Amino acid sequence: MSTDRRPMILMTPAMLWLFGLMVVPCVLILVLAFFRRGVYGGIEYTVTLENLALVFDPLYFKIFLKSAGIAGLSAAIACVLGYAAAYAIAAMPRRHQSMLLFFAVLPFWSNYLVRTYAWIVLLNREGLIVNLARWLGFEGELPSMLYSEQAVIIGLVYNYLPFVILSCYAPLSRLNPDISEASRDLGASGWTTFRRVTLPMTVPGIATGFVFVFVLSIGNFVTPALLGGGQFQMIGNLVYAQFLTANDWPFGAALSMVLIAVMLGLLMLQAVVAERASGRKGAQNG
Amino acid sequence: MIRHTLHSGVCLTVTLAAMAAPVLAEPLTVSNWDGYMAADAIDTFNAATGNEAELVLHATNEEIMGKLIASKGAGYDVVFVSSPFAEVLHNLGLAEELDHDKIPNIANLYTEATELPHDPGNVFSLPYAWGTTGLCYRSDLVAEPTSWYDLLEPTETVSGKTTMLATDRWLLAAGQLALGYSVNETDPDKMAEVRDLLIKAKGTLLAYDDTTFYAKLVSGEAELVQAWDGWCNYGIGENADITYMIPTEGSDLWVDTMVILKASEHKDAAYAFVNYILDAENHRWAAENILYKVPNKAAMDGVDPALIETYPNMGMAPADMLKFEQLRDVGAAQRDYSRLVSEIKAN
Repeated sequence: MSTDRRPMILMTPAMLWLFGLMVVPCVLILVLAFFRRGVYGGIEYTVTLENLALVFDPLYFKIFLKSAGIAGLSAAIACVLGYAAAYAIAAMPRRHQSMLLFFAVLPFWSNYLVRTYAWIVLLNREGLIVNLARWLGFEGELPSMLYSEQAVIIGLVYNYLPFVILSCYAPLSRLNPDISEASRDLGASGWTTFRRVTLPMTVPGIATGFVFVFVLSIGNFVTPALLGGGQFQMIGNLVYAQFLTANDWPFGAALSMVLIAVMLGLLMLQAVVAERASGRKGAQNG
Repeated sequence: MIRHTLHSGVCLTVTLAAMAAPVLAEPLTVSNWDGYMAADAIDTFNAATGNEAELVLHATNEEIMGKLIASKGAGYDVVFVSSPFAEVLHNLGLAEELDHDKIPNIANLYTEATELPHDPGNVFSLPYAWGTTGLCYRSDLVAEPTSWYDLLEPTETVSGKTTMLATDRWLLAAGQLALGYSVNETDPDKMAEVRDLLIKAKGTLLAYDDTTFYAKLVSGEAELVQAWDGWCNYGIGENADITYMIPTEGSDLWVDTMVILKASEHKDAAYAFVNYILDAENHRWAAENILYKVPNKAAMDGVDPALIETYPNMGMAPADMLKFEQLRDVGAAQRDYSRLVSEIKAN
């Protein structure tokens, strides 16, 4: 009896933590989204659907689409760069691999804000990159790279790239070298082998990396605020503004709810992809 | 408004002699922007009155308002908020109606500061600092601006080197003033014009910036920015070529106030605190530390003339400031303002 209870006891703190700090706040957000904002902020307890309807108002929906676009582009770029890096690391002798992975995740040891601020130092009109270009003899006015959509994408790709490297490295390092060897024996070129054998077998890693970067990017508000110079509102900034400046908690809650739904949908999709892939592998092995 | 820390480590020389003997120790919670009081203000108040005041910080008006509305004012005794927010606290019934007998230092205020449109007679708020919103620029890099259009429709050489305030009301005010409208205008057609003007201006901006615009001026990243006068002074302090001016179309008159909460359980200490701040010496010390004008005649008369020479906008006469309109609480129209700002930023 006592041995049966042990897993429960071990799990309780984590479950309480999750329930108290994840489930309860989410339910509060859900409930809040159906009330009305008072004239001075605050909440009027009359049930309404107008906050949810407002999310799909062209103005706010456009911000949603724009955020999805920026998140999608960042995720795609991070996947290309991350996959290439993971492929290169996996191709290295085993003893070097853990060192290289260590370097890949090294940036995570510093604070997100500091890492983002560093880009301001690099990219601004009087910044390191411009001064370096001047020192190398470039004359004339350089365009400001900072406070633009590109700067936001650079920031997001940079900050989340390590996730993709790790998620792609895992399946790449587990690939059985015999399989690609067999492909080559059967006459496939290196490119064909990669395209028809390696890539399909590592799709779950790419999907995981893509979804991670996308989900983290679409709700991000620090990077657009700092590197976008406040000129881009991503959905995260809009939510932030509703809670902290407009004092319109119900609308902020409605926006968050839709955002959470989109994220959950994507994570489920990713789980399905992963499930299918492992099922296929199981069938092959069987 | 959001404030910034500055001038820490300045030596303390506040006269405590004038302070009355302590009645009894009361805990007191004061909320203010970071760096918006002299660093020693709370300690000297406690030492002088025997109270146990504690300072908590808010980054924005909206942040403290959210907390006050949620708690119905409980947990705070004195808060520093801009005047439109003081009005909201009053309209919600959260602000104490002030007993002037307990604030003798109110006599130090300029007459103008006791008749401000948001609260004539200081029924529920006491002005703490006031000033204007205008243009702060590098006089060595750009020609002297005259109009809000110098910011909103900049010449080719200045384009891409301007910033505007990010807070809804002041961002909109630049457009409202340029078009000759009230800074409290809510008419949809007029506000649509304001929006269109500001969307066009956005294309020429370096950034929206409430917090680091003066640093951008100092580094040369920006050359012309929309700024609160007191905050432009932080730039002037680092580079004497930085200059503040008020465009011909005018400015708003912003007033940051002290409000005692009706829910306060330490009213005597709260009154003692606001009275302490309004003391001529203490309020002067505040002005010299934060580089903002204070609406306290006795305090401003004592401000070091050299300081006013360095920061000319500190010498602006109250009568000149009163020519400008205050931002007022616009009630339900605030939601329309938020939406307009979203539209501007989404374009």
